[in-house]
Amino acid sequence: MAAEQDRRAAPGVALLDSIESFGRATVDAVKEFGYAAALFFESLYWLALGRRWRQPVRMSSVVSEMMQIGIRALPIVTVLSMTIGIMLAIQGIHTLRLFGAESRVTLGIALSITREFAPLITGILVAGRSGSALAARLGTMNINQEIDALRVMGINPVRFLVAPSLVAMMVMVPLLTFWADFVGLLGAGLYVGIDLGMSLGAYFDEVFNLTTVDDLTHGLSKSVIFAALITLVAVVNGGNVTGGAEGVGRATTRSVVQAIAAILITDMLFVFIVTR
Amino acid sequence: MYPASTTAPNVIEVEHLDTFYGNRQILKDVTLGVEDGEVLVIMGGSGSGKSTLLRYMLALERPQSGIIRILGRDLVNASRSEMYELRKKSGVAFQSGALFSSMSVGDNIMLPLREHTDLDESTMRIMARLKLEVVDLAGFEDLMPSELSGGMIKRAALARAVVMDPKLLFCDEPSAGLDPVVASAIDDLILRLRDALGMTVIVVTHELESAFKIADRIAVLDKGKILIIGTVDEVRACDDPRVQNLLNRRVEEEELDPEAYLHRLTGGRHE
Repeated sequence: MAAEQDRRAAPGVALLDSIESFGRATVDAVKEFGYAAALFFESLYWLALGRRWRQPVRMSSVVSEMMQIGIRALPIVTVLSMTIGIMLAIQGIHTLRLFGAESRVTLGIALSITREFAPLITGILVAGRSGSALAARLGTMNINQEIDALRVMGINPVRFLVAPSLVAMMVMVPLLTFWADFVGLLGAGLYVGIDLGMSLGAYFDEVFNLTTVDDLTHGLSKSVIFAALITLVAVVNGGNVTGGAEGVGRATTRSVVQAIAAILITDMLFVFIVTR
Repeated sequence: MYPASTTAPNVIEVEHLDTFYGNRQILKDVTLGVEDGEVLVIMGGSGSGKSTLLRYMLALERPQSGIIRILGRDLVNASRSEMYELRKKSGVAFQSGALFSSMSVGDNIMLPLREHTDLDESTMRIMARLKLEVVDLAGFEDLMPSELSGGMIKRAALARAVVMDPKLLFCDEPSAGLDPVVASAIDDLILRLRDALGMTVIVVTHELESAFKIADRIAVLDKGKILIIGTVDEVRACDDPRVQNLLNRRVEEEELDPEAYLHRLTGGRHE
């Protein structure tokens, strides 16, 4: 017993212990990452070949997910992207006024909304709204044995639950982003009109001249990746729930935090790779 | 041990199954056969491994060692399509019911039909109503699971389990947590289903009364080992003290091992 205590007290052992727990956490993270990748490819498999096994991914569940993820999120996406647009216009004009270049604000607004703000705000919003809901739903189904029930019925849970959500996300998040592009630019345009006296028509003329298709696709392709990340993070967390209702709550929170972190980090990497 | 019947082939065969949860061994060398058309009750206290055994028979877990054959198919080597066929031939009523909370009772019961058959909507509706009729839930198909009582949930789960007319019906604690009258009604229902649909029924339970009432044979599981498999009378007459303890609801005497006791208390740091 004394020897055991001595061993624990040694500073080197504490370091070893923390290295060990760091190692374990890393292994777990890699495991979850691999699981997410497997889920992604299994979903694609069912989408492509489900019909051959007479187990198609149901269009009706895809559509109802699309309603939930996309259409129902429209009001909040509209409000927030309008807000972001106005905020950007205020900040942009304020900053550029230092150089007396406030008339050039449109360029900053147009590029930052289409390339960054619209996909980010939409992604974060969908992660909070639908990612959490998906994690909570799967977690609850998991602890109620509903996932087991699906499996013993011969209904593959990935086909039945994950694939429809994944498709719906990957279609609706870019569409929401496109809408956020438009509303954000509109909000900024309204403020620019009030502050600089520029007409909305002239503003949008300038926006269309300054932004290229490339800027738009940059934002939209990021949003497709965000959509996949949100879904997979939610499914991994929801699918691993243990410990009853409290576990579901923990998984839901974890899923939102991880999804937003994944979105931001991926965004940075994407920008780094694409713009350099 | 009860001799394997020679007249009917076993529909489920478990041979030398060992399972682990982490480093802890849950099932120890479990061997068990289920005959065609019988009601086999797997009985044991909590922690005896009976739910684990069920999960392995349902192929929800992969055995580390041992063989499980369902309807002649080895679960470990079964291909995806063989597994799919097996799944369609078995129905499961989970302890909590496991009804999908986002679907009405009717949709829950129709789900296997929707996914596995090409029947049209009205036919499926009729088939679902037929099963609801059998479990005395006619007229409840539009309710959501949250609007049902505990006994109704279990009956709806049974209806869903048998909607495909399976060869095998698995029930996990069908009467646990219900009042005696409802529990007894569920037992009757299981027997009625077996007689009406000619299924083989595997019931996992810790309820003695229910086990004695419905079982053709009982397998008594204790600490991961099968103590006896036999008819109700054989189990009652069994003179194994652990079986008798279970039957008479006696608390088992703990083995006295001061060393192990100290080890548990100190978390293994006293050496």
